Amino acid sequence: MAKRIEADNVTAYYGNFRAIDSVSMVIERKSVTALIGPSGCGKSTFLRSINRMHEVIPGARVEGSINVDGHNVYDKDVDVTAVRRMIGMVFQRPNPFPTMSIFDNVVAGLKLQGVRRKGELQVAAEKALRGANLWEEVKDRLDKPGAGLSGGQQQRLCIARAIAVEPQVVLMDEPCSALDPISTLAIEDLIGELKDSYTIVIVTHNMQQAARVSDKTAFFSLEKTGEPGRLVEYDDTQKIFTNPSEKRTEDYITGRFG
Amino acid sequence: MTDGDMNRPANTGPSVLPAQRTSENSFAGLGGVSSPDTAADEFSPRTALPSVEVPTRTAPAPAPDVTDAPGEPLPRKRRVGGEGYFKAVTTVGGSAVLAIIAAIALFLIVEAIPSLRANKENFFSYLKWNPNPLDDAHFGIASLAFGTVLSAAIALLVAVPIALGIALYLSHYANKRVATILGFAVDLLAAVPSVVFGLWGREYFAGPVTDFSVWLNKYLGWIPLFSSETGFGHSVLLGSLVLAIMILPIVTSLSREVFMQTPREHEEAAMALGATKWEVIRTAVLPYGRPGIVASVMLGLGRALGETIALAMTLGSSFLISWSVVEPGGNTIAANIANSFGEANQQGRSALIASGLVLFAITLIVNMSARAIVRRRKKFLAAAAT
Repeated sequence: MAKRIEADNVTAYYGNFRAIDSVSMVIERKSVTALIGPSGCGKSTFLRSINRMHEVIPGARVEGSINVDGHNVYDKDVDVTAVRRMIGMVFQRPNPFPTMSIFDNVVAGLKLQGVRRKGELQVAAEKALRGANLWEEVKDRLDKPGAGLSGGQQQRLCIARAIAVEPQVVLMDEPCSALDPISTLAIEDLIGELKDSYTIVIVTHNMQQAARVSDKTAFFSLEKTGEPGRLVEYDDTQKIFTNPSEKRTEDYITGRFG
Repeated sequence: MTDGDMNRPANTGPSVLPAQRTSENSFAGLGGVSSPDTAADEFSPRTALPSVEVPTRTAPAPAPDVTDAPGEPLPRKRRVGGEGYFKAVTTVGGSAVLAIIAAIALFLIVEAIPSLRANKENFFSYLKWNPNPLDDAHFGIASLAFGTVLSAAIALLVAVPIALGIALYLSHYANKRVATILGFAVDLLAAVPSVVFGLWGREYFAGPVTDFSVWLNKYLGWIPLFSSETGFGHSVLLGSLVLAIMILPIVTSLSREVFMQTPREHEEAAMALGATKWEVIRTAVLPYGRPGIVASVMLGLGRALGETIALAMTLGSSFLISWSVVEPGGNTIAANIANSFGEANQQGRSALIASGLVLFAITLIVNMSARAIVRRRKKFLAAAAT
């Protein structure tokens, strides 16, 4: 169920602006990898390059390769929609489809894949909602609009929607930055559970969160505004936060910079 | 923990924020101090929540000269000024709309009554229109109302799918330059006066439409809509197609605006699930834009129901209820007013005003049902607020 990601010299552009420059890193199966760094350092850009969501912005493109279990997602004849089904994504702001019920939100991805049988959808919806620790809270109101849930519930609904299609990898782009501490804790606990089945990559501004949830941490930084972001250090989370090899990493996590 | 927790009001004396999970070690946090040598080997990121050291701060002591006596009074509410004038202007504007509508309705009703009294037939079921003879007026709205609704319905049926297609192409498929040029062309179409559409429809477009009618009749003649006993020509189909072209721009530009406003995050949510472009449109763009689509269609329908001169010029002016759209004939309330007004005496004009009242009612009903559709949608969304 989980796959290994190898990024090789990934360089991403917005038009002529180079946002990240030759990022190479290996993300292991069934691990949680946190991407940290100051704003504008390209961590979100790198995350979005993994499932080819970067290129949906007009003028944006990616060079280099990202191999998922040895297959480059940027190969010319790869179906981009299949890549995105394999690599699910959770966004910064909870974005359930506003016109859909909770149930329809969860099975939206399955319906896109052509699953129509009601029974099959119900089984999948319950499994995904249980997986996202939301089932008990919403099982009696599956036909109510997804937008009616609290922010934290909406974000777990989005996680349920992402895992309902049974991806191999789940990308999370600052999933807790719009949530209160209790919802944040719920999501962090969930990440710990999801790790048993999925490879997880999470972008966060909250270094304590990175420390709490991740096995490995990648620190991105940029020299100055207008320069591309680069991967400064990538190591075990414990090492990054206790004994980083790079001075810049230490400066950042101790709050002396960024 | 979020950043906000680190910025709590100052405590007196050193303290430690409560840890949610047991932890003995402290390590670098946002405001903390790096201590690489502290219990590094015991550190486990999964279970340890770092305690945060809060620097010692003392709350400022109240200044000695402060008393409990009330200070300067707060500024008083202003009674007159720009605020009040502006409110008055907007209120007058808002009420004027109601007053105008009431005035129109009243005018229509008062003016229509004399002819309705003189009418020897049932106004709602009689087909013909012969209101002028003073003691022998025979007229009814049935065929006109039927023709109005039929031609508007066909126009919508033709125009809406095309308009939505153009709108989606402009908002989601075309590149910026093509979209700008095409959007301009669509707006230009809206600028053509309806009398020009009428002339063009009558003198030129009638030819191709007649050929098309013959073809329809040959292959689909078994459907009542396309059957014909009297030949082909200035038919309901011609009028409806001209009407369709006329309402195309308004439906297109409105729904395009709505589609462009689809929040980026909804489209990205669909894309991240592996949706193709069409699937993104189906799951995110169309559901989001539905109330807007309904509104734009209703505006188009309003225009189609009320369109006068183009239909007066292209329709064959018959007074029959016929389902055939290819036969010469057809008429609408508005077209009949334009055609009959010149030769109408005072009673005839009163009868025409009565027909105008019916058109007013039809438009009102259409608008209200459209609002009902939009509101039912809103109810679902409003449930989200509770």
